[in-house]
Amino acid sequence: MDIKFDAVKNYEKTKKIVGYLPREKTKPQDYYEMGFKCGLEIHQQLKTEKKLFCRCPAGLYQKKDEYDAEVIRHMRPTLSEMGEYDGTALMEFKTRKNITYHIKNETACTYEIDDTPPFILNMQALDIVLEISLLLNTNIVGELHITRKQYLDGSIPTGFQRTALVGIEGEIQLKKKKIRIIQVSVEEDACREVSDIGHERVYITDRLGMPLVEMVTYPDMKTPAEAEEAGQYLRFLTRSTERVRTGIGAAREDVNVSINGGTRVEIKGVSHIKWIPELTHNEAFRQKALLEVKKILNKRITDPSKWRIKSKDVSASLLKSYNCPSKNLSGEKNRIVCVNLPDFRGILSFFTQPSKMFANELIDRLKVIACLEKPNMIHSEELEPIISEDELSYIKKILNTKENDAQIITWGSDQDIKTALETIEERCLLAFKGIPNETRKSFRDGTNIFERVLPGPNRMYPDTDSAPIPIEESQIQEAKKSLPSSIAHRIKQLEEWKIPSDTYIYILKQNLFELIKKIIEDFDENPIFVGTLIGHKLKNIEGKTNPVSLFNYSKIYALFAYVIKNKLKKEIIKEMLPVMYKNPNMDFDSILKITKYEKCSEARIISFLPDLKEKFKKINNSKKSSQAESLWIMGELHPIAKGNMDFDRLRRMVDGGKDE
Amino acid sequence: MSDLFKGYKGKSLLVLKKFKIRVWSETLIETTRGEFKGIILPRSEYDDDLHIVLKLITGYNIGIDVNTIINMKELGYKEAHYKIPEKEFPFSKGKPNVKLFGTGGTIASRLDYRTGAVIPAFSPGELYGAVPELADICNLTTEKLFAVFSENMGPEEYKTLAIAIGEEIKKGIDGIIIGHGTDTLHHTASALSFMVQNSPVPIILVGSQRSSDRPSSDAALNLIHATKAAGQSDIAEVMVCMFGPTSDEYALLHSGTRVRKMHSSYRSTFRTIGDTPIAMVDKEKITPIWTDYNHRRNDRNVEIYPYFEEKVTLIYYYPNMQPDIIDSLVENGYKGIVIAGTGLGHVNKLVYPAIERAIKRGVAIYMTVQTLWGYVHMFVYDTGRDLMSKGIIPAENMLPEVAYIKLGWALGQTNDLDKVRQIMLSPVNREITEREPYNGYLIFQGGVPGIDDFLKKFHK
Repeated sequence: MDIKFDAVKNYEKTKKIVGYLPREKTKPQDYYEMGFKCGLEIHQQLKTEKKLFCRCPAGLYQKKDEYDAEVIRHMRPTLSEMGEYDGTALMEFKTRKNITYHIKNETACTYEIDDTPPFILNMQALDIVLEISLLLNTNIVGELHITRKQYLDGSIPTGFQRTALVGIEGEIQLKKKKIRIIQVSVEEDACREVSDIGHERVYITDRLGMPLVEMVTYPDMKTPAEAEEAGQYLRFLTRSTERVRTGIGAAREDVNVSINGGTRVEIKGVSHIKWIPELTHNEAFRQKALLEVKKILNKRITDPSKWRIKSKDVSASLLKSYNCPSKNLSGEKNRIVCVNLPDFRGILSFFTQPSKMFANELIDRLKVIACLEKPNMIHSEELEPIISEDELSYIKKILNTKENDAQIITWGSDQDIKTALETIEERCLLAFKGIPNETRKSFRDGTNIFERVLPGPNRMYPDTDSAPIPIEESQIQEAKKSLPSSIAHRIKQLEEWKIPSDTYIYILKQNLFELIKKIIEDFDENPIFVGTLIGHKLKNIEGKTNPVSLFNYSKIYALFAYVIKNKLKKEIIKEMLPVMYKNPNMDFDSILKITKYEKCSEARIISFLPDLKEKFKKINNSKKSSQAESLWIMGELHPIAKGNMDFDRLRRMVDGGKDE
Repeated sequence: MSDLFKGYKGKSLLVLKKFKIRVWSETLIETTRGEFKGIILPRSEYDDDLHIVLKLITGYNIGIDVNTIINMKELGYKEAHYKIPEKEFPFSKGKPNVKLFGTGGTIASRLDYRTGAVIPAFSPGELYGAVPELADICNLTTEKLFAVFSENMGPEEYKTLAIAIGEEIKKGIDGIIIGHGTDTLHHTASALSFMVQNSPVPIILVGSQRSSDRPSSDAALNLIHATKAAGQSDIAEVMVCMFGPTSDEYALLHSGTRVRKMHSSYRSTFRTIGDTPIAMVDKEKITPIWTDYNHRRNDRNVEIYPYFEEKVTLIYYYPNMQPDIIDSLVENGYKGIVIAGTGLGHVNKLVYPAIERAIKRGVAIYMTVQTLWGYVHMFVYDTGRDLMSKGIIPAENMLPEVAYIKLGWALGQTNDLDKVRQIMLSPVNREITEREPYNGYLIFQGGVPGIDDFLKKFHK
């Protein structure tokens, strides 16, 4: 008789085999030992007026349910220039999706729906990408060749993205190491997905065709933290040009991860750099888990080429204890199928990611490739059993299973079930080989799911609709004249100024370095004061204030100029800044008035000291520490001292020091 | 020699020769802008001689400015063999036999490095490899008659096609498809309508607006629709089969004499003018719109009239057209002129003397309308009556291009202008209709509220 399988125990056991640790407990050494390697592909929208290949406005978004017309397309794989079909392309073709585009007149013309060939490339966009390519120290190409990169998921109505290389082979300098850059390209953005249910996928075309820069690094990052650092660096670098878009979705990262013995897996569409460490950490362990699965399977089965699944149709009535969604589907073409996976016992519940197991690899592929909506299968190793022991026994009986096998039940239309069975067998066979080449979708919790088979160079094809565009030497020289300073240089300078390092991300992200530098140099200001005013105070204000109109950072420079011109002391800036931020159009005199500033001579301020000391003694009998005293006095004097007297000097005098 | 350096000329050719590098070489190029490594690709002959095209390992192509090249080193050699996977087209008993004639359209195509454009490539095996659905519809055989772009199709090709179609019908084929570039698809369609008469089987012209080297191409679906219409429909007419809406939904079968390309790039570019299409086709079914089309027959009594007089022209009238335009046509020996006139069929007084001279010299002149929709009505205004009295013959509601083709065809048969007139004004197949249906003219205007509501629901 069959011994009852304990899936929960198996899951915990396999988690130990994999050696999974939470990220905070994982040391750099652990990643080195795994052979962790990570590369980034960063997509950043460019701040141009118009789209890349047509004259539609860029940066205009529509609501997801708002549209003027619909267009339907199906994608079909084509040959690459070198004469081969791409793997992803064939997978997408299998899925047989109806793709509907929702078009809004304001944001899309006939180019977006591929009813007009491309217009000449937006030169403003090329100019920005050329600048970024130079900042990344890449070799600039002699001539731009627009290339078509196939995407059969429908995210681009043509079935390909138009893209062109501008520079190759560059590098950036992180704190401790150099990261090499493979390439920089200018390309068009894709549609935004509205929904993807069964065989119906819906997109809107507003974002489609907006110019992007794509920056690709070598897999030189050896820990998740390095990946994050590189991501931040590249983000700061694009921001330093002041010619890129900011805000939700303006920058998106694809993260490539591999470990020793593994293959490159691409996690797509990571919208926050701070998610990168957790995502890459989990992906590394998922790959480690799949390598363990590979070991086990190859030990159990000597000739995987003979390994096959076995399936049988069952009737819905047999699954009494499970409310199978298929029961609700009308039509005779729906089937419920049980599948036997020989020698897969203990594999389905094998740990892969936090709260995920090998079965999820199948579930996710069934959704994407066979278009089976979740829940799309149940299996013999559920952590909480879904069907009864009796039902499972019955299934094992009709499939004539062996003790070491595992079982799956899935359901769907006749056509989808055909694809589903192929998909299950294909994924299981891939487990013998280890880690499939995939692109995977990221989740906020740091896990990821299958998205597509990873495309190769076979999906590239020259764009026969456009002519090459030369990049002249003079263009490069012109762009070099106005390059911003490098991020590595900026970080070094901030360190030399002794500005606290917790301000750097904010300063570099908002591209405020040049402003700080100008204030320090032009007004001979204390760098720490300026750095913290912006990196702490301004960041704080920004986090909790909604300005009535757009706040322009250059006003901070004008504020310093005003304070100096009016011979005020700089402390007043801290008072004026929140008012100015909230009301960007208010004049400085009024701002000053709002801070309740009153002119008062230093002598007069100091003259209050003896009285205040007396007063403090009276009201504070219990704690008479001198520190408490000076704090209290400073507080009392603050309203009249601000802007009139240097606080440090006042403090020294409160503490009984001499006026130096 | 030229094979080694495909498309390279001038400076770039000199550089390649200097470093002994050929096309398809895997090459390391040292330049003043850094190093580049990849395979040297052929260059389009239309592009400049200052750049060398390189395919990088990532699949991207780039150009290298020859003026920046310091050194080139061959590392290997990899010639691309672009081939659509060829699988034998399966023959199934009971399925209709369909013949596909190739003229050089973009039904199936591959990249042409010489021009950078796409060139056609098809055999049944290749087509089956690219569009396997075809085997569910029919047994397909193909024959490449010529490989020319649509704009290079002309009288000789029309005649060759008509004769080939006639032979194929006599051999017992169940349906015919002609793959054709879209620009002049409607000219060929009307030529075949006159040259191939009384066909017992469907004759379908098909092309694609987006070349088949892109995933969203309309080529495969057009071919599926055309094959279905040719093999399975009951409609024995010369027809154009192209997308109805721009969406991948259904095709329309247009009469060969009433169809016209109406947009430079839309997929749904072909429209029936002044009438409704003959039928709709999708993957599942054929839905006739006409009730009085010619039905499929079992006999083989097709009539082939492969005639064409090349000295025929079509002129598009514009205000202030000078008489020397017409005089020079006559000087050059033109025998027939079709005028696309304004409004109901008018030209200005300035050209009257030239028209008189032409008529006197025995030139056949027919009037059509550049409005495309509607009939020539030359009795309404004095201008029209003047022109008729000078001998211009109104061509009813024949489309200008169709009138041009028909006049060439008629003059190809006889020089007797009375006979020509008889041929011109006796409709062969709806090129002249007696009545224009209420829904034969539909050009909606965007922005009008009712229309925009409709467009939101209806796939245009």
